[in-house]
Amino acid sequence: MQLSSNKLSEPLPASLVDLRRGDEGVLSKIDLPVEDARRLMELGFLPGARVVAGQSAPGGDPRVFQVDGSEVAVRRETAQRLMILRKGRLSRPA
Amino acid sequence: MSECRDCAGCGSPVAVSPAPAAAVKAVAVIGPPNSGKTTLFNRLTGLRQKVANFPGVTVEQHTGIAELADGQAVELIDLPGVYSLSPHSEDEQIAYDVLTGRRDDTPKPEAILLVLDSTNLSRHLMLAAPILSLGLPSLIILNMADDLRSRGGTVDTRALAKELGAPVALVSARQGQGIEQVRDFLSGTMAQPAPLSLPVLHDVPKCREWAGRVGSQADYRAPIAPKWTRRLDRWILHPVAGPLIFAFVVILVFQSIFSYVTPLMDGVKWLFDVSGTWIAATLPPSLLRSLLVEGVWRGVGSVIVFLPQVLLLFLFIGILEDSGYLARAALIADRTMARFGLQGKSFIPLLSAYACAVPAILSTRTIENKRDRTATILIAPFMTCSARFPVYALIIAAFLPNRQVLGFLSVRTVAMIGLYALGFVMAVLTARLLKSSILKSGRTPFLLEMPAYRWPTVQSLGLRLLDRAKVFLRRAGTVILLVTVLLWAAAHVPYTHGHPPAIRDSVAGTLGRTIEPAIRPLGFDWKIGIGLITSFAARETIIATLGAIYGMDHPDATSMDLQSALRHDLTPGGAVALLIFFAFAMQCVSTVAVVRRETGGWKWPLAQFAYMSAVAYGGAFLALHLWRFV
Repeated sequence: MQLSSNKLSEPLPASLVDLRRGDEGVLSKIDLPVEDARRLMELGFLPGARVVAGQSAPGGDPRVFQVDGSEVAVRRETAQRLMILRKGRLSRPA
Repeated sequence: MSECRDCAGCGSPVAVSPAPAAAVKAVAVIGPPNSGKTTLFNRLTGLRQKVANFPGVTVEQHTGIAELADGQAVELIDLPGVYSLSPHSEDEQIAYDVLTGRRDDTPKPEAILLVLDSTNLSRHLMLAAPILSLGLPSLIILNMADDLRSRGGTVDTRALAKELGAPVALVSARQGQGIEQVRDFLSGTMAQPAPLSLPVLHDVPKCREWAGRVGSQADYRAPIAPKWTRRLDRWILHPVAGPLIFAFVVILVFQSIFSYVTPLMDGVKWLFDVSGTWIAATLPPSLLRSLLVEGVWRGVGSVIVFLPQVLLLFLFIGILEDSGYLARAALIADRTMARFGLQGKSFIPLLSAYACAVPAILSTRTIENKRDRTATILIAPFMTCSARFPVYALIIAAFLPNRQVLGFLSVRTVAMIGLYALGFVMAVLTARLLKSSILKSGRTPFLLEMPAYRWPTVQSLGLRLLDRAKVFLRRAGTVILLVTVLLWAAAHVPYTHGHPPAIRDSVAGTLGRTIEPAIRPLGFDWKIGIGLITSFAARETIIATLGAIYGMDHPDATSMDLQSALRHDLTPGGAVALLIFFAFAMQCVSTVAVVRRETGGWKWPLAQFAYMSAVAYGGAFLALHLWRFV
């Protein structure tokens, strides 16, 4: 994620990776090939779905997310492609 | 049973397949993964089930007979867990083909049991529309009713039945509640609501929206989050405690397999010794007695000794899997596996490969990514399986003193651990090699649902163990029995002057001497050669073979006589070479067969066999020559 000083006023794009444990976000976009996106959607990762970040494996990757009534473990490289509109407590100043 | 139907997707009529001679009606069981489908299937069929593969593909087919109250029997087909019916994966394709009667080998089901997890109903209902629109009589089973209730969720099954135009049953397959409704449906005595035509949507968000609407029409209230699962996960996935628990579990499994089970194994061995002596004493000296005692009893017995070990491993794996821990273990292992180009789901097969590569290779089915799955299959036989254990034990005991190092470890234990580590290292290096070359795969997301923790049931564990025991005994009763009988025969021909030949001049001896030039560079003579030939059927056979060749009375891993005979024929360097050879070579026809079946052809098993043989030969050669400098 690149920071350019003149764009600080705009909200930065955020993904599931930016959520800390207990944080919640609303999924806005799945930036993955159709087949992969489909798998994720079948597991509940639908645009508009509420996602809560849960526990992670030791070392922080993969992380478990609570979504649509179940808990699904996702690797960091995939979570980066799940874009969110942030909600709830904001963990990191952008 | 099969009828000519126009298939909706492609518009071409499906050929009428010859009706299989099944007198009982077939019913398909389908549902998403983790919906408790298999538990229900076990509950309905009990011991009357069999596992096979769908011919031509790597998807497992479980079928079983459910008996109903009126004496009627129904054949249940347990289909793979799928999230949708649009054929995107091999599993979904099979499910779709079976349900629409496109597979000649499977009867077209006359009815469907759709199993959904009632604690996650809104999402699972997505599968209802495509299933119900197939037009077959279907029962919607809302499973895990006990969890739903205890966590404060509710659902109005009548309203749901009305919404879906199909009967709905709220059951707990684990506790057996509500199962009679399923039996009523199967015997055709359940009232059917008027069928509706439901929208089949191929767009996942729209489908989910529809499912949510149906759920709320049926007053579905989702249960609260599983409190205990969250609490347990706080420890099990804890950055410090988590890996410690993980290590503890792995060590406990290993320790149990190698030490706690010894009395049981000794017991089985004792049974074979006593019964063998009894047979020898009862029968008059004859060829038949020789065949039975030296051939069959010793050969097969030396292998059946390992049954308790294998069953214990599967008991552990069963408990870990049914309780939900295995999913966490896969999560914890994922990072390490990723370093070698594999993923967390490969961890489970590799762990079970320590018992036997065959079930390990079968368990790779949970890996969706085909290339990751193939890579896991190819490296699994490097893991030190229980068939290598007695071979290692024999050679180590023959050549290493029982001396202590560091005060508490014996030299022999160190050697044994070293051999286990060697197999693991070679597996990992091979994985790296494969994943960075021919099996390089694109980024398929690693997605793993974390099921809620549950107590494993005795019934489910018992069925698993029974299944494993059957597989193991079948192997001992077929491959190993055949090899030992063949060896016995080859060691007894050609007859001269009414006497069997000296082993050196027998067919077996001639074979051994024929390959001797090829194995001489590894430090092996023709006797070891015969052992090597037979060990390609199954590794542990070499013990029975060498015992028979040396003419000893007890060809087993602890016999002093066999040990001294080995010391006579092998130099210490040759012994190291033999150990290395066994660590790397793919000496197991069952593994070759299962790889062929699982990869759908001869390409992979042959390549794997060639690669492992080359590594084994090269490794043994190096070991023998490096030993001179030690």
